[in-house]
Amino acid sequence: MTRALVNVPKTAKRGEVIEIRAMIQHVMETGYREGPNGVMIPRHIIKRFVCKYGGEEIFSAELFPAIAANPFLSFSAVASESGTITFEWTDDKGETQTASADITVT
Amino acid sequence: MNSNTTRPTLEQAIRSFTGGKQVIDGRVKFQISPLVENGNAVPVTVEVDSPMTAENHVRRIALFNEKNPQADVAIFHLGPRAGRAKVSTRIRLATSQAVVALAETSDGGFWSSKANVVVTLAACIEDVSQA
Amino acid sequence: MLRFVLLAAVAFSSMARAEIPSKDKRSGFDFMSPQTQAMQSDETSNPGMLWVLDGERMWSESQGKAEKSCASCHEDAAKTMRGVAARYPAFDEQTKRPIDLAGRINRCRETRQDAPPLARESNELLTLSAYVAYQSHGMPITPAADRRLDKYRENGRAWFERRLGQLQLSCASCHDDRWGARLGGSVIPQGHPTGYPLYRLEWQAVGSLQRRLRGCLVGVRAEPFEYGASEYVDIELFLMSRAAGLKMETPAVRP
Repeated sequence: MTRALVNVPKTAKRGEVIEIRAMIQHVMETGYREGPNGVMIPRHIIKRFVCKYGGEEIFSAELFPAIAANPFLSFSAVASESGTITFEWTDDKGETQTASADITVT
Repeated sequence: MNSNTTRPTLEQAIRSFTGGKQVIDGRVKFQISPLVENGNAVPVTVEVDSPMTAENHVRRIALFNEKNPQADVAIFHLGPRAGRAKVSTRIRLATSQAVVALAETSDGGFWSSKANVVVTLAACIEDVSQA
Repeated sequence: MLRFVLLAAVAFSSMARAEIPSKDKRSGFDFMSPQTQAMQSDETSNPGMLWVLDGERMWSESQGKAEKSCASCHEDAAKTMRGVAARYPAFDEQTKRPIDLAGRINRCRETRQDAPPLARESNELLTLSAYVAYQSHGMPITPAADRRLDKYRENGRAWFERRLGQLQLSCASCHDDRWGARLGGSVIPQGHPTGYPLYRLEWQAVGSLQRRLRGCLVGVRAEPFEYGASEYVDIELFLMSRAAGLKMETPAVRP
């Protein structure tokens, strides 16, 4: 799936603090809304986000219904070595979506 | 809404995160607009004053609200490899209320900042029941 | 509260209607908070880009019995679709009346791809429309100079100026006469369709101009037209000529 948008600088100097952004298409249905027929719409949210750099977890998040639809996250990382930064979103149905970006560190 | 009439208060939610430890007001810079156009996606940024070294860093940043159906918003886990204790996201606010950002540091300390947000009412909103 | 502000607007609407001089013409972007503006301006934070990105995938995906993708005929959208949305709706030779971008995409599906049309306001149609319209991002709106469109544009203008619904308000009552004023908590914009399909925080998703017009009609307690109705296309035709010169913003973000 390509409905995730991640932003990582292509290059960085070793030791530099870089900004990482990750956004994914998801309704983040709260479970507190009524549908047109007056029946509650069941909850469907992304519960967990994990970012790994060179295979090691550097940032993660536990998300609740109060996170806006199409969740957007921005955080930092120290550019330590050239490699791949991976992103993983898991929803409450156990479905996982992934994305990745490469960084060259000089 | 009937099944969700009880939620923990903001103070109870904070206490469950800190385990009842003392929370000091400070070190946390909480950026959120005091007046928002739409409560469906309110940009927030939390930045904690920390060197982010192996010995001295921020372990967790949490956001809690006062009046949504549920007090939790998000809990972020970070460490020295983050380089900077700064996180941004977009949150939902059902109505005008207080929002609290909390940080747990590697020495076990808790720091916080509180913001009050007014959510303005949009005049021309779609009626879902007619969709 | 809501009833009160709408009644106040009715009282004001007896003021003389005035078209907006071109020097005062402004996108809805200018009436938003700095936070919402920032969300739109930075593509890495604009949620509408998720639809554009997915549209890029759909563009080269084979569809229908003809097993053709959009790219099979139109190749690189960045070249072939550049400026297209900025001059739509266009005259359709087959029906001899204006057709909007979503209608044109569905026409392509039926005639070139041998595929069933996508439902109006379906995620797929919005996604493809957003991708095509994105190719005109930053370009000025330049309505097609086709005289055959004139009478439909005039019909659109007539709808824009007609008082409708239980509240007896026209589009012009708010967007010509009262722009810049407040209705409830929000500023009334001039009603220029610069950024459709766009991401509305209220919708928590991307939606079409027709969805927005529908919202306005329901707002004045009028019976909305069905999605895809010719009235919507005529109104869009008029709105695009009224917005001529403003820059395309697809995917815009609005509160």
